[in-house]
Amino acid sequence: MNAFVSLLALGDPFPRGVLPYLVGGLLVGLGASVIYLSTGIIAGASTFLESTLSYVSSVERFNRFKYVNSRGWRFVFTAGIVSGATVYMLVSGSGVWTTDVQWWRLLVGGVLVGVGTRLGKGCTSGHGVCGVGSLSNTSLVNVATFLVFAIGTAQLVQALGVAP
Amino acid sequence: MSGTGRNSLFLLVIYLGGLIFGVGLAISGMAKPEVVLDFLQFEDFGLLFVMGGAAIVTGITFAVATRYLDRAPLTGDTYKRRLKSFDRNVVIGGSIFGVGWGLSGICPGAAYASVGIGNYPILWAIAGMFIGAYAQGYWRTLRSTTAETATETPSD
Repeated sequence: MNAFVSLLALGDPFPRGVLPYLVGGLLVGLGASVIYLSTGIIAGASTFLESTLSYVSSVERFNRFKYVNSRGWRFVFTAGIVSGATVYMLVSGSGVWTTDVQWWRLLVGGVLVGVGTRLGKGCTSGHGVCGVGSLSNTSLVNVATFLVFAIGTAQLVQALGVAP
Repeated sequence: MSGTGRNSLFLLVIYLGGLIFGVGLAISGMAKPEVVLDFLQFEDFGLLFVMGGAAIVTGITFAVATRYLDRAPLTGDTYKRRLKSFDRNVVIGGSIFGVGWGLSGICPGAAYASVGIGNYPILWAIAGMFIGAYAQGYWRTLRSTTAETATETPSD
């Protein structure tokens, strides 16, 4: 509520502008579309976690056919994402950027992201971009759920005085 | 999907798609947890345009391909929409993911892009994601094995 009031006081819902967000989003969709039109594959980023674990773990779930069969190209997809961001950094001249968010937030948050995305059948790209683009009810419910919980958590953590 | 279509052109296209995807995530600011947290704290609503813009592009692509195109040239697979079955895990998993995203400000794809802009502290988050993915896989394998022994139903 405080955040909402301060937003109204500031009066600018888009302090960084809209263009980088929109252009970035369109490119994310374009990248997924290039893969889809060429191969029929609907790419998601979080399946990489389980398919990559199949290289080093004998746990049955990671060694299902769908993970072992896709782990190679999923690794290549992730390598593409990493290098795409590097290309942008080099071309834009923005330089190396590091976060100030505390390590324990990244680690604990990361663990929950790992559990939640795999249990919930997808993440921001799988459900959020491709599932919503498919008008899938399952994905719409998942996205609404993770948005509500993420907003609640971020605002609670902020209210507790943790920054950043 | 056939496993035989894994030629170098296939992998090149996957790489190029990932590259464009990664450029987009870097431009959008999602590779920076601070930008995501500003959105979740209602201080900058720009992220709506990232997910919205991306979903509109994939939405148009899926709609056109499933209606007017025959088969994907590199795999021979038919075009489908992304429709996953609904069960309570979709809600439970979404809730856990939401708490994690709200705490860390980072999701899987954006975390990989974050590595690309030199954000080495994000490796904490990626390590966490692997630990989390391993934990749920280990637990679910254990549980399904136990259930199988009890009821003797074949696994999928």
